[in-house]
Amino acid sequence: MKQWEVVIGIETHVQLSTQSKIFSGSSTAFGAEPNVQANAVDLALPGVLPVLNKGAVECAIRFGLAVEGQVAPKSVFARKNYFYPDLPKGYQISQYELPVVVGGKVAIQLGQGDDLSEKTINLTRAHLEEDAGKSLHEDFHGKSGIDLNRAGTPLLEIVTEPDMRSSAEAVAYAKALHALVRWIGICDGNMQEGSFRCDANVSVRPVGQKEFGTRREIKNLNSFRFMQQAIDYEVQWQIAHIEDGGRVEQATVLFDPDTGETRAMRSKEDAHDYRYFPDPDLLPLIISRDWIERARSALPELPAAKKQRFVTDFGLSAYDATTLTASLEVADFYEATVVVAGKAAAKPCANWVMVDLAARLNKEGMELAHSPVSAVQLGGLVARIADNTISNNIAKKIFDALWNGEGKSADEIIDKQGLKQITDSGAIEALIDEVLAANAAMVAEFRAGKEKAFNALVGQAMKATKGKANPQQVNELLRRKLA
Amino acid sequence: MITRSLSALARALAAREISSVELTRLYLERIARLNPKFNAYISVDEEKSLAQARAADDMLAAGQAGPLTGIPLAQKDIFCARGWLTTCGSKMLSNFVSPYDATVIERFNAAGTVILGKTNMDEFAMGSSNETSHFGAVRNPWNTECVPGGSSGGSAAAVAALLAPAATGTDTGGSIRQPAAMCGLTGLKPTYGVVSRYGMIAFASSLDQGGPMARSAEDCALLLNTMAGFDERDSTSLDRPKEDYTRDVEKPLAGLKIGLPKEFFGEGCDPDVMKRIEEAIAEYRKLGAETIEVSLPNMKLAVPAYYVIAPAEASSNLSRFDGVRYGYRAPEYADLNDMYSKTRAQGFGEEVKRRILIGTYVLSHGYYDAYYLQAQRIRRLIANDFVEAFKQCDVIMGPTSPTTAFRIGEKASDPVQMYLSDIYTIAVNLAGLPGMAVPAGFVGGLPVGLQLIGNYFSEARLLNVAHRYQQVTDWHLQHPAGLD
Repeated sequence: MKQWEVVIGIETHVQLSTQSKIFSGSSTAFGAEPNVQANAVDLALPGVLPVLNKGAVECAIRFGLAVEGQVAPKSVFARKNYFYPDLPKGYQISQYELPVVVGGKVAIQLGQGDDLSEKTINLTRAHLEEDAGKSLHEDFHGKSGIDLNRAGTPLLEIVTEPDMRSSAEAVAYAKALHALVRWIGICDGNMQEGSFRCDANVSVRPVGQKEFGTRREIKNLNSFRFMQQAIDYEVQWQIAHIEDGGRVEQATVLFDPDTGETRAMRSKEDAHDYRYFPDPDLLPLIISRDWIERARSALPELPAAKKQRFVTDFGLSAYDATTLTASLEVADFYEATVVVAGKAAAKPCANWVMVDLAARLNKEGMELAHSPVSAVQLGGLVARIADNTISNNIAKKIFDALWNGEGKSADEIIDKQGLKQITDSGAIEALIDEVLAANAAMVAEFRAGKEKAFNALVGQAMKATKGKANPQQVNELLRRKLA
Repeated sequence: MITRSLSALARALAAREISSVELTRLYLERIARLNPKFNAYISVDEEKSLAQARAADDMLAAGQAGPLTGIPLAQKDIFCARGWLTTCGSKMLSNFVSPYDATVIERFNAAGTVILGKTNMDEFAMGSSNETSHFGAVRNPWNTECVPGGSSGGSAAAVAALLAPAATGTDTGGSIRQPAAMCGLTGLKPTYGVVSRYGMIAFASSLDQGGPMARSAEDCALLLNTMAGFDERDSTSLDRPKEDYTRDVEKPLAGLKIGLPKEFFGEGCDPDVMKRIEEAIAEYRKLGAETIEVSLPNMKLAVPAYYVIAPAEASSNLSRFDGVRYGYRAPEYADLNDMYSKTRAQGFGEEVKRRILIGTYVLSHGYYDAYYLQAQRIRRLIANDFVEAFKQCDVIMGPTSPTTAFRIGEKASDPVQMYLSDIYTIAVNLAGLPGMAVPAGFVGGLPVGLQLIGNYFSEARLLNVAHRYQQVTDWHLQHPAGLD
């Protein structure tokens, strides 16, 4: 049996979070009544002209800098001509020969824990363009409705090289890109509302073959899960098709989440001739060095730099640093806990954010932004573990109490509930003596060589202190008494 | 009153010799009586005009009048005007009432002028005779068997027939200058980017430019003062300091260097027309100007390059007329594609369809480099020719059109002959330069126009050169017979 290699390239339409449209002053807010956010320019009335929104350009520059691409000093808007009812001008203003960003790269993490590996996905380009409106096919009694609220919404289309070799890599790329565009504040990342949409170009070739196979483009993947399913199905289909003696024809396909299958929408023969030409209504977009430098200084610390800093300054593992820089939100939350708990407690802070807090949020189906336990509260809690005021077990109880709003801070809860760890060895010894006296049978068992009985005695001692004794201290004292 | 200059009308209004309402009524009455003979206007709306006139009279009474307040003007039907039917000469927009004002209209409204009506034009400004209008051919007031030129033929005929004191036009390949020449008017196409294109229905975006059509250079200067200026709604509008275009009109012409391109004075021009042009140039020598021969070696490429670039842009610009949101929609259709094709087949006339087809073809995959890119290269060569020529002279002169107005129907069936009518004007649009047509005599009772071409932003100089000529000639003061 032949071995097959999968080749994937991804095009992503990122909706830029500007207040107004890319070529008109209309609002871009989602969810308004149809056509209320469409002015004369969006409706393409006779005589209207586009005026470029500098905010959209700013987003493109930020992106170009974040992926270390080249921000083009001169790029050109072109018209992509085709007829469709939700495309009011009969052409889409996009960029064709000269895009605003050339090249660039996005690092993706593959695997888990010790198997963690990194791969670089190279970008071909990123260009600015306007979105079309929406055709609504329901509720119009056999006719279609047109909503032009979305028409003219700014998009950055980001195109990769065919660098990915599996659906897992494709999804890792999409996730990394999704995190990055949110990180640098150019997109809200809302996939349900269509703010981040991917098209995957998929082909297969026998392992060792240099030439690419013929690709099919899966359109409009708006969730990571669908992307994985769609690519997996498409790859299986292409391999089976070729092994059955068929040839893959270049085509655009759609993924149906209900059946889990991809299905051809149009073949290459129906491909439009878009008759691209430079839009004479817009001057070439000139981006000065100065503008680029101003954008650079306004950028937040980027994920790669932050990750490196977490490793060197906080002593985190690469895996932890990667997890904690998955989004700016997580990274900021984590850093805020470290500020409170102290740099020495950076590692336990990482564990609390990645494990305890993440698990609880996940269980409750909540986003970090809505966490009932704030970074300051969590940092305060970790600080009390670090200075031995409380044990880890007590800390978990206090965490629950903070989650349930039973106190403003860990300190307040510790005070109120008398949870301060008992470290006075005299007091612990007295308690242990009581435990030994009350559990003579267990003591006998231990002396007879049953190690299990020791653990039971530790448990009894902890119970007697209501968990407030330092478990390690209890352990040591007990061993000494039984020796 | 109806033959007075704009500044004379402004003086009469200021002196309460006549009110804006009276002046407007005077013209509306003439339009009602004489327009059927010339078909210069597509729409007239007395109520709207008089409301504007009343507002202008209020401004005059309040002492808030500017140089044009109260003066009625004809507006080419390519400019969107709120509440006005704005057809662009097409069946496609025969039901389109604009919900907004073009920048040019907004500026005129703010200046207190009155819209007398919207003037006839070649459909989407595609034509040189005004015969492609959905609303019928316009007749030349000097000879109603003849065309007025185009595409701003309605504006030209309206002013020539004294149905408006002045008008606006637009010029993509000669559409202000050629009809001005053929109707005995003074017309100015400004430097590309001087007049905002916002609300001016696009034909070929990189070439279109609005401008004034009037009886004299002085009137043109007054109109341009209102029309010109930076507009942030037009990205190709030029952000330059405001100019007073009348400031230099009286400057003497001694020492003026006139460039005469040998390509304008070879064959291709009617000898009688050429005679008038040479006489006009002789008049300039008398005024102290000197002439030198210059060369525009790539002139012969202008028409072919234009007929690639203009249709290419037009084919895309006119895609919005699809029957979906406004304008004409075919009454019956089977499905979406059928709706598109029937709407566009029925809504556009032959010349527009021809240019959409040419434009679609030259932008098609595999032809783009050979046609569109090549034409853009030629465009740069032509612009460079002018740059070189203007190193040797201040202004270039020659004929505006190779013939006087031709007979209606004479060239309608031969597009190439029609296209050659703009042989002297097209290069100016390709280069983005300002150009003027100035009345310079008659051949067989029909006007001849001298063309002046200036360097970028030399409108004030061109107006000066035209004005001094008009001080010593009276061609621009002639009127056709039978206009009462």
